[in-house]
Parts: sequence; C-alpha cells; structure tokens
Amino acid sequence: MTIRHHLTEDILMAYSAGDLPEAFALVVATHVSLCDECRARVEAFDALGGAVVEDMSADMAAGSLEACMARIATIPQANARAPRRGDGILPAPLVDYTGGNLATVKWRPLGMGVRQAILRTGDTGSTVRLLAIPGGVAMPDHSHSGLELTLVLQGAFHDQADRFARGDVEVADASLEHTPVAEAGQTCICLAATTGPLKFNALLPRLAQSFFRI
Amino acid sequence: MAWRRYAAGEYGGSRLAAQDEQTDWAALVAAVRDHQDKQAFAALFRHFAPRIKGFLMKSGASATLAEECAQDVMATLWQKANMFDSSRASVATWVFTIARNRRIDALRKSRRPEPEDLPWGPEAEPDQADVMMAAQDTERLGAALAQLPPKQRDLIERAYYGDLSHSEIAVETGLPLGTIKSRIRLALDRLRSQMDEEAQTK
Repeated sequence: MTIRHHLTEDILMAYSAGDLPEAFALVVATHVSLCDECRARVEAFDALGGAVVEDMSADMAAGSLEACMARIATIPQANARAPRRGDGILPAPLVDYTGGNLATVKWRPLGMGVRQAILRTGDTGSTVRLLAIPGGVAMPDHSHSGLELTLVLQGAFHDQADRFARGDVEVADASLEHTPVAEAGQTCICLAATTGPLKFNALLPRLAQSFFRI
Repeated sequence: MAWRRYAAGEYGGSRLAAQDEQTDWAALVAAVRDHQDKQAFAALFRHFAPRIKGFLMKSGASATLAEECAQDVMATLWQKANMFDSSRASVATWVFTIARNRRIDALRKSRRPEPEDLPWGPEAEPDQADVMMAAQDTERLGAALAQLPPKQRDLIERAYYGDLSHSEIAVETGLPLGTIKSRIRLALDRLRSQMDEEAQTK
C-alpha cells in the first residue's frame, strides 16, 4: 500500500503533545496505524516530549517513594499481550471505538445510499464519524467551521485533482470548497473528524457523475 | 555496572546529578521487568517522579493531583515494564508518553486513541547500539531545546504541557521549531531506518 496523502507535521506534533481533541486524535491514530512514515514522525515528536520532561522538576511529597513502593508491591506486572490488531478494514483504534468490526457498525442512512455512524468520544467540541459512500456518489455537501480530516479506509474518492485511497488522509480547513466523489466500484468508507457539529447543506446529497464512469 | 551501584544508593545528592547522564535507565527498566528489582525501581522513581510531577503541574494540575498522578505513572512503569522498547525510545520518552496519557485522562477527562501495535514487540535483548542511540536522541533534543531563544522554547514546552489550545497551535500557525528541527530529523531518520530493517527481516 502506497500512501500519498499524509498528515501535516503540525498535526502529528499536536497528537504527540496530547493537544488534539479526541475526534482528531482518533483519525491520527488510525492513519498512523496504516502509515509507518507518520508513525516514525510521531515517535520523533514523542522524543522531544521526553526531552521536555527531563527538564522539569518538582519536590515529591514526604514518603512518596515509600507510598509508591507499597503500591507496586500489590500490583502484578502485566503479561506480554498479543498486539492489538484491526479487522482488515478497521485498524485497531477503530475496533476500540466501534466495539467490534465493520459488520457491527450502527449505520444511519443519509440519503442517496450514503450512510454514517457517529462515534462516541469524550469531548463535545468535535465530531468523528464513519461514512460509507456508494461508488460514483458525492459525499454529502457540508460545511464545517474549522479543521476537517478525512481518512480513507476502503475504496477511494476524488477531490478536484487528487485521488485518495486507503490510508490517504485529506486535511481541509474551512476555506476549502470541496466536493469529494466516491470512485466507481467499491463503496468508499471514510473516517472523518470535524471541529464543531457538522452541517449538511442540502436535504439530500447530490448525485455526481463519477469520473470513471464516463 | 554503574546503575547497580546507583541503585544500591551509593550516590549522594550532588554526585547523583553528575551521574544522571551516564545512568543506563533502560537497564534499570529491564531489571524491573526481569527481576521485579525494587532498588532499580527506586532509582527510576527518584529521577523521574519529580520530573513527572513538575510536568503535570506545568500542565495545570494542583500539587496534590500532580503528586498522585506522578505516583500512578511510576506504578504504570512498574506494571508495563515489558512493553517498553528501549531500542525505539529512551526511558524519558516512554515516561513522557505515560504522563501525557495520564494528563489527558485526569485533566481533560477524555481518552487518547492509540495506534495499532507494530507487528513486532520489544525484544528481550535489544541491540545495545540502538538503545544508546535512542537515549542520545533525548539528550540531543534536550541540549537543542536549551539553546533556543526563551520565547520559542516556551512555546514548544507549552505545547507539550497541553497549555495551548488546538487552534493556537500549529495546525493554524505552525510552531517555531527552528533549530531543533534538525535534531527531530535525526530521531526521525533513526526510527525510519529501524522500521525499514524490521519490515525486511520479518
């Protein structure tokens, strides 16, 4: 798999620093699960975090070490565990958030055969959802107030000049006018995070002619 | 081995600071993992717990909460010592990731989604050259950070404390990484080539 569209350094650093809202962090964790290059970048930023922590200091309370020693005496060490794995389409972080696999996702229809499943997160300022768009159909026309990240998990979509396939992520801000269209063939499944609630502009998503169907 | 003497408590206050750079923290974590070595753990605690507490207080935690969380983080280090891969990250880096996750949990009350595990786990006997290079990354980055102009350094540190809001960071403005960019690249090159090697041998 060749990933052509990566996350920006800024987003990867914010993920490493722990500054991203959970919805965006989920898209980053999922992309990193598929992309070794971005994984290495996140780990390099983690090393910077290590250097920041090395530079800190605060006095521990009296008896702190003893209290911690008493605690570890009662906790067993973790056994080696099997690596967390995905289900083929959904990488491990999404398995965690959907509670299973693609078959157990609770889809809701959006019209034109498009379906979505909003994933539950602990923060209200951003939203993350799975979208399933039949081949040849446009993604529902929507506006968003801030950053939007869209990661492809299955199939592909086109946006103006670019093609996005599994592992590719599109980084869009509010100013980008885009009408992604699913490539003919396999249903395109994406993971999308947006700042604030997402608003659909039309009652029904527009049907668009696929590039490839002509 | 230096750390054994250190763990046995032979080093006093000021000598302790001087010893820090030479201390093989990864070997201490291995002793915790393999022998539940409490002296090794105590040495790790003395070094890292005050740093974690300082880090969490900078993140906005009260002294009481930071103390409690620092102990949690150290207990996690004990519990998950077998998950630490010393050939990929320094102990400081690993401690940072645990502390960061604890911070997200305690201060933001939200979860941190973690990437899928790599298909290979930490090896029981990692290549010592890799371990040393991972430790050197942190040292080099620390030295580079110390040389930054105070304002720039403050911005980067605040990003790691979680003190910058999402929009304030980077995503919109870009953090002024400046001269430390080349050090980050060195760490990146190391991780990247290691990943390539693993992918080829597995």
